[in-house]
Amino acid sequence: MVTPLVTWDALPLLVVLSSFVPGIAIMFLREEQEALRTTLNLVGALAKLVFVSLMLQGVAAGASYEWALEVLPGLSLTLEGDALALLFVTLSAALWLVTTLYAIGYMQGHENRTRFFSFFSLCVTATTGIAMAGDLFTFVLFYEALTWATYPLVVHSGTPEAVRAGRSYLAYTLGAGTLLVVGAVWFQVTVGTVNFSPGGVVDAMAVDAEPLRYGILFFLLFVGMGVKSAFFPLHGWLPTAMVAPAPVSALLHAVAVVKAGAFGIIRLVHSLFGIEVTWQMGATTVIVAVASFTIIYASIRALAQDDLKRILAFSTVSQLSYIALGVALLDPMAQVGGLVHLVHQGLMKITLFFCAGLITETLGVKTVSAMGGVARRMPLTMAAFTIGALGMIGLPPVAGFISKWYLGIGSLGAGVPWVIPVLLASSLLNAAYFLPILRTAYFDDRNAEWSGEEARRGLEGDWRLVWPAVVTAALSLGVGLFAASDLSPLSWAILIVERGVL
Amino acid sequence: MTPFELWTSVAVFGPLLAAVLALSGRPRILRIALATGSASALAAALGLWGAVTHEGPGRHLLGGWGQPLGIELWVDGFATAMLLVTAVVGSAISLYSLSYFGDLSELSVRESPAGRGARYFAPLWLLLWSALNGIYLSADLFNLYVMLEILGLAAAAIVTLAVTTQATVAGMRYLIVSLVGSLFFLLGVALLYVEYGVLSLEALAAAEPAGPAAAIALVSMTVGMAMKTALFPFHAWLPPAHAGAPAPGSALLSALVVKGSFFILVRLWFAVYGGGTEGGLFVLGLLGAGAILWGSLLALRQTSLKRLIAYSTVAQLGYLFVMFPLLLGGSGEVNADAWSGGMLLLLSHALAKAAMFLAAGNMSYAVAEDSLPAISGIAHRLPVSFFAFGLGGLSLAGLPPSAGFLGKWLLLRSAIESGAWGWVVVIAGGGLLTLGYVILVLRYALDRKDAPDDYRPVPRRMEGAAILLALVAVVLGVRGVEVVALLQQGAVFPW
Repeated sequence: MVTPLVTWDALPLLVVLSSFVPGIAIMFLREEQEALRTTLNLVGALAKLVFVSLMLQGVAAGASYEWALEVLPGLSLTLEGDALALLFVTLSAALWLVTTLYAIGYMQGHENRTRFFSFFSLCVTATTGIAMAGDLFTFVLFYEALTWATYPLVVHSGTPEAVRAGRSYLAYTLGAGTLLVVGAVWFQVTVGTVNFSPGGVVDAMAVDAEPLRYGILFFLLFVGMGVKSAFFPLHGWLPTAMVAPAPVSALLHAVAVVKAGAFGIIRLVHSLFGIEVTWQMGATTVIVAVASFTIIYASIRALAQDDLKRILAFSTVSQLSYIALGVALLDPMAQVGGLVHLVHQGLMKITLFFCAGLITETLGVKTVSAMGGVARRMPLTMAAFTIGALGMIGLPPVAGFISKWYLGIGSLGAGVPWVIPVLLASSLLNAAYFLPILRTAYFDDRNAEWSGEEARRGLEGDWRLVWPAVVTAALSLGVGLFAASDLSPLSWAILIVERGVL
Repeated sequence: MTPFELWTSVAVFGPLLAAVLALSGRPRILRIALATGSASALAAALGLWGAVTHEGPGRHLLGGWGQPLGIELWVDGFATAMLLVTAVVGSAISLYSLSYFGDLSELSVRESPAGRGARYFAPLWLLLWSALNGIYLSADLFNLYVMLEILGLAAAAIVTLAVTTQATVAGMRYLIVSLVGSLFFLLGVALLYVEYGVLSLEALAAAEPAGPAAAIALVSMTVGMAMKTALFPFHAWLPPAHAGAPAPGSALLSALVVKGSFFILVRLWFAVYGGGTEGGLFVLGLLGAGAILWGSLLALRQTSLKRLIAYSTVAQLGYLFVMFPLLLGGSGEVNADAWSGGMLLLLSHALAKAAMFLAAGNMSYAVAEDSLPAISGIAHRLPVSFFAFGLGGLSLAGLPPSAGFLGKWLLLRSAIESGAWGWVVVIAGGGLLTLGYVILVLRYALDRKDAPDDYRPVPRRMEGAAILLALVAVVLGVRGVEVVALLQQGAVFPW
């Protein structure tokens, strides 16, 4: 019998504070206090990982953690560490550590690093808050905070394109945020509670009595989550935002922003309305249809791009919809597939962005057509990139295969077999845009001017940029190879579904 | 001596005595006066917070004389909340003003035109503070009128301290509007006195004013107060006056002074007239909605930083009036939501707007200019002021975590509960407009390509005052329960 090591209820708060405190402290540092800034960053990231590990151990052993602070009569800031929250928290805590390391290396020589790292930490703070939010009020609070905390990172370079991307980002997310807030308040008025609860808090009879009211309510919340989750036609901001520095792209695409949206969809479907009620309202069909369309549409858009980061951005739009697709299907296998893809997509996509940033930093190469000979020059980087790309296509034994397998089986169980052709088509399309990248990099000769090469001859780049990519690539492979192990994300996703905490 | 007697006296006479002290004009004395005035106001507000929390609303008959002959001071949760926010914002402004006007002990500074104005800032501001506290504590209409006049005179004088032609013109215009507003108010007071023979708010409420004379009195007083509060369409005087004043003056005018006349409006409509008529409340709400739209649109078109913030005040005051129709819309609980929500927005606006004006003051202090292009890239030079402005903007727009977010949540809840979807659109849409002009400023400030190379260093105290207020607005965003609990102390409202 395993017992929880720590049963302290404030553990979720510590997880949030471990990045909040460094974030605030860094804000008051001077630009040249680099050592102190780096120390604060790394100590915070490590502390978060320790707290999360303790919580993981506790939850696996059957404990649960809840911390609440009353903010208004009847409304509390509630942080809960349960199995579902931990799926997301563990992902963001682990990836935050590697991204911080990467960012420290990447931002060397850039301006305004104090501001950068401060908001970087605040972003992760908001993300962990979203993951552990115990009710819709807390969720909205952190979700909106994430919006503004990300803005300075997107516009960091201060160039006209960055400012334009920032404007587009804000227009989408703040517009959706307004709908989300109205939806959340309306939800409280209509249902009488904002608590998240496994199986939902909405009464099926009430929905029958007022289908229109609940339909609009669902729609408001769905759009509110859908922008960050980048569903077609709400995805426009994401490809534009790729002008941000590479670590920010990693944050947007893997650790924080889009994941917050996808996680919001999980909360909306499972913790607020409940999958049965959502199904009864016909909303699951809508989600599955929107997600399927987004998967195909974004893959086709990716085909037409030459800019490496833009391809990856459209790939995110496409892959993210797998999560929504899975959790909206009325079948445990599909739900496992959707949940686990939250982690798998994060690992693979962050690898790809790390590599893309590395290639740009070391060689100045930004487009696919200029990638000839890159594999010979940067073998480690391209090996990591290859693992990520093959995983995206869904080849075994990389992580992406596991997700697709469960999604495919689940869609049969849920009685929507037409999802299978969508998954197959997506794999083919992924192959159609990832394989040419690999072919160019491995088999073509050097076909472009490599800037910055002379300065760092022989090296692939700063070790702080290379190793995070290698580590996340290894993890992408590892979680696929050892999916059957008790410690894999897959086992955790199965535990969530089996325990009925979804 | 009861705590009510002690702290109400300190609240009014502390700043007043400090103002008299400050008249000496000697730099050292000015500093002492500002410190003691602020300290006494803070202590009084905290003391009354404790007293009201434990014992409920209280009163103080000055010199033991009761109504109708004597002067009565009266305090409930509403008044305490106003005293508290005035004390916090006021202390930060006092701190800021110590550095803003330069070192007055140097003769060259003292004898410059700006320096001559600066010597009058402390006495005027402390006098104004005393009058403001007096308004919050007054229990009868005549007292209110007297305090209102002092407030208006001191406020108009502060505008002219910037000693520019524009500021002088704006100050004169403000003075005239303020005097006319007071006359309207006085007319209403006279009508009520003729009709009911009493001036005490409590006695008037007991008389349940109704009929044509009472109605005309209410309209007249409302018009007067709306002029002073700059409710759309009476707002035209506000942007030049608030933008023209010296930075600490702008902050106190926008954050505090307009709240004085707003406070009187709430007392009149709800404490004296028991809610007035639904039609009247609806009209006030519509004007509020107009203010949000018009003020925001004009804010978006400004090229001067301070004017942009001033138009934002016009817009944000609109929110406070949108609260009016919601206060009597539904069940007690729903109305209480509107009340707590509106008050949270008021407190949040006071803190955030002062933070923004002080931060803007720092930015124009650094580049010696007030236009938006001039502050391009300032975020890279004055990060603390930039954060203060950003956090203030956050509260104003109702983004979490901030008191503004809680206020909007409650106001939206009451609007949705009573099915008032039009107000839902106004409340939610106004937030987006607010973000529009806040982001406009942030974009200029973040622009890297023309970050100023040489700029005047800003004293730490000035940056500290701005960020402090912004942080209080954020922290209040997780302590809304305290505000709601305080507001429940008092039977001003029919529920």
